[in-house]
Amino acid sequence: MVIGLWHYLVVAAILFTLGVFGIFLNRKNVIIILMSIELMLLAVNINFVAFSVFLRNLEGQAFAMFILTVAAAEAAIGLAILVVYFRNRGTIEVEDIHLMKG
Amino acid sequence: MILEAIVFYIFSAVVVGAGVGVIAARNPVHSVLFLILAFFTAAGLFILMGAEFLAFILVIVYVGAVAVLFLFVVMMLDIDFERLRSGFVRYLPVGAGVGLLLLVELVLIFGTWEVAPKRLSSVPVYARARLTNTRALGDILYTRYVFAFEMAGLILLVAMIGAIILTLRHRTEVRRQRIAAQLARTPKESVEVVKVPIGEGA
Repeated sequence: MVIGLWHYLVVAAILFTLGVFGIFLNRKNVIIILMSIELMLLAVNINFVAFSVFLRNLEGQAFAMFILTVAAAEAAIGLAILVVYFRNRGTIEVEDIHLMKG
Repeated sequence: MILEAIVFYIFSAVVVGAGVGVIAARNPVHSVLFLILAFFTAAGLFILMGAEFLAFILVIVYVGAVAVLFLFVVMMLDIDFERLRSGFVRYLPVGAGVGLLLLVELVLIFGTWEVAPKRLSSVPVYARARLTNTRALGDILYTRYVFAFEMAGLILLVAMIGAIILTLRHRTEVRRQRIAAQLARTPKESVEVVKVPIGEGA
């Protein structure tokens, strides 16, 4: 019953898959998509910390902190863009976001 | 050791369940609350692994800031969420297909891959004996990774300024008190003495 690296990797893999699944499932709702991205980043963080702990190397945890930083910045900017977009267009439906014809 | 296994399985089940809740909840507010639960539980997993500092950072930064930011946006924008949910069932097969494919790939990769077997320990290694996790992390963060650390601070600064500039708006239709203009008035320009001729006023 020893909990090893493999257990944590499985949890992280399931969480990451759920994030990808969420992006496909809620293709119209930008907020849920942003939350799914947060889930995926959380899974990546679990991976980093698990490897760091089981390989006796702290650098993984330092890196996980940088991922946290970038995730926070990404969430702030993404939500700010969302608020501005909603103010201008009155909707946040992903399919309506084609002003740049991308 | 058996207790650790029990705690791990409970926390893992909760974090996976919360992940399902995030993507499947009908109400986005519930999604955000499930996200908070997932972060909390992941912090528990971090503590189980001995990464206390990151666990607390996760609770402080994610639950305290990011999730509350999500909650604010969900609650303050007047969005018709029912309309956004249409197509949920239509995307279910392709989403499930891609998700399953990804999961199978991940399992195949991790299942066949030996992670440096000589260096890998079978149990979590809780920091170095004489140092706490926070102290050990600080030791490498402020020495070897100080440049990356500064860059992280810079990224946060840019994100903060960007978010403020994006959402700041000057509303022209609103009348505001301009204190400087009020204080700069002089009697000469604001008071007028009118000489009214006697008997001609109405």
